Amino acid sequence: MMRTGINQTEGINLLLVDDEEGYVSVLSKRLSKRNIQATVALSGTEAIQTIKGQDFDVAVLDLRMEDMDGIEVLKIFKKVSPNMEVIMLTGHGSEQAARDGLSLGAFAYLTKPCDLDDLLNKIRQAARRKGGGTGG
Amino acid sequence: MKRQLYANLRRKIVFITLAVAFIPLISLSVIIYYQFAQVFRNKIEEQIEYRARAQGNAIELFLKERTAILLAMADTYTFDYLAGEDNLGKVFQIMNHRVGGFIDLGLIDSSGRHVAYVGPYNLLGLNYYSQPWFGEVESKGVYASDVFTGYRRTPHFIVAVRRQESNRSWILRATIDSDVFESLVRAAQVGKTGDAFIINREGIYQTHLRFDGEILSKSNLNPIIFGEGTTVLEKVNREGRKVLYAGRWLKKNNWLLVISQDASEEMTKLFKTKRMEIIIVVSGCLLIILTTIFTTRLTVSHLEMADRKMNELNAQLVHADKLAALGKMAAGVAHEINNPLAVIAEKTGWMEDLLTEEEFKKSQNFEEYKKSLRKIEEHVERARKVTHGMLGFARRMEPHLEDVDINEILNETVTFLESYARTNNIAIEKELETDLPIIASDHAQLQQVFLNLITNAIDEIGKDGLVYVSSSRINSDIAVSVRDNGQGIPKEYQARVFEPFFTTKPGGKGTGLGLSITHNIVQNMGGTITLESEKGKGTTFTVRLPIVVPEKK
Repeated sequence: MMRTGINQTEGINLLLVDDEEGYVSVLSKRLSKRNIQATVALSGTEAIQTIKGQDFDVAVLDLRMEDMDGIEVLKIFKKVSPNMEVIMLTGHGSEQAARDGLSLGAFAYLTKPCDLDDLLNKIRQAARRKGGGTGG
Repeated sequence: MKRQLYANLRRKIVFITLAVAFIPLISLSVIIYYQFAQVFRNKIEEQIEYRARAQGNAIELFLKERTAILLAMADTYTFDYLAGEDNLGKVFQIMNHRVGGFIDLGLIDSSGRHVAYVGPYNLLGLNYYSQPWFGEVESKGVYASDVFTGYRRTPHFIVAVRRQESNRSWILRATIDSDVFESLVRAAQVGKTGDAFIINREGIYQTHLRFDGEILSKSNLNPIIFGEGTTVLEKVNREGRKVLYAGRWLKKNNWLLVISQDASEEMTKLFKTKRMEIIIVVSGCLLIILTTIFTTRLTVSHLEMADRKMNELNAQLVHADKLAALGKMAAGVAHEINNPLAVIAEKTGWMEDLLTEEEFKKSQNFEEYKKSLRKIEEHVERARKVTHGMLGFARRMEPHLEDVDINEILNETVTFLESYARTNNIAIEKELETDLPIIASDHAQLQQVFLNLITNAIDEIGKDGLVYVSSSRINSDIAVSVRDNGQGIPKEYQARVFEPFFTTKPGGKGTGLGLSITHNIVQNMGGTITLESEKGKGTTFTVRLPIVVPEKK
């Protein structure tokens, strides 16, 4: 955990969508310490509003929120911002949900609690793919 | 307890069947026997009665004939004529010629003097006036005597008639030949023990007997007990045998012809029938008993087997139900725990991040903080393993089918675990059958299965040992075995190792979910997982997976 690399993370535009405020607030702080500036959305609707006004490279999306189902949010994400990569992160994971998400174009599926390094890796990979995708 | 139940059932069925079979069989045979015995006895009685009547008639006729010819002679000839010895001899000759059976013939005048005599004894000139029979003849005119000894000192009986000739009366007397008469009586004897004899009203024997008893001695039969005409009685004789007696009164109820017959002799045939019947009934009963016991055993054991199968099935159903309920509960709990765990993990991570800053590094408790945070992380990780295990256990979905090479997964898994094994000085050996078919299965789930089994094997050994992994093809299955040389699983735990939350690992080291999840996954794939374990020698888990050929793309 201490050997977290700070490199290769500059310039990633990240959106964190989770209704667990205690979780996202600390997560965004830790990410910003690793040079990733994350925007936080505390509900599905807020997230959708946010991406309408701003472009993001990667979104980390909780699959179960009080106002909206994560899968529904994912569908709208893909419609509004098809180039944005989505990493699903949830404590209510099921393989069905994972498969649904992946088939709808999500980049990866992680379960809480999740090691920060793993999350960072996924974020970087997603950002790279996005970059490659737009570039090619 | 169960055993007792079936034994009781068996006893009840046997008892009822035997009762239902035996009661009619035995009562029927008893009734038939008694009916038959009654008929048989009636037949014997009828026979002996008939014999007594017929023979009685013959004897009566014999006596009547003798009396009639004597009467005829007395009527035909005069006293003077008969008084001549030659004339009397001639008459005697005629009588014996006509009907026979006479021994002698005598003429007696009214004073009782024997006037003339033809016969073997020297009786001429004797006076019969004081003889009992003389008075009887005088008063009745015709008389047949009982047997007596008389002057000749030998038992005999006579027939005498009185003739009134103008002013004087005389008596013609003849002695019946006892041999002829007795042969007539004896003709009624039957069998080896039967007898026929005559007694008078006082019960004195009038004929010789076949066995014991002398003529003119007193019989122990009381003639009074025989009724009019012909009667059949049953008496027990001195030897304790049942004897049938048929009595027929003769000579105007002065003599009684008795035919005796040992009942048991006649009944021998009946006894044979009885024996035969008993043999048939007993062997029939034996056959019924054997058949009943055999069929009952068969039926009850079938029932027992069916019951046991049903119970097993029920137990399986209950078990499956329990697992499903547990799975749901586990999933719910896991989900609820995961979110707070995530927060704890992130907060801890954040504190660690902050510790890297200079101001904290200077703190004298810096190392303590760091250590504590590590510990928190370690325990979060431990809790995460539990919740993930629970989620895995709860997973009730069809496996995700893809082309899978079992050996490849085994190689991956072993590689992944090799360093963990090496730190405990445990070697992992592989013996994988080459060219196993590619099957359609779930790569990730299979990996989890093998990971669980091999990790378990390593943990089972603890330190220093060997884990042996093999794959092979058996018929239409692929079999994967993971063997360890650990302590082995005690017999009483073997049936429970696949139960969720069952663990033998010490103090919180295991979640008790690994094998349960493994079991579920394998079962969902249509495979089986079995274990063999011997104390001190180790344990082998064998997974058998059906070969499902992938669809052609």
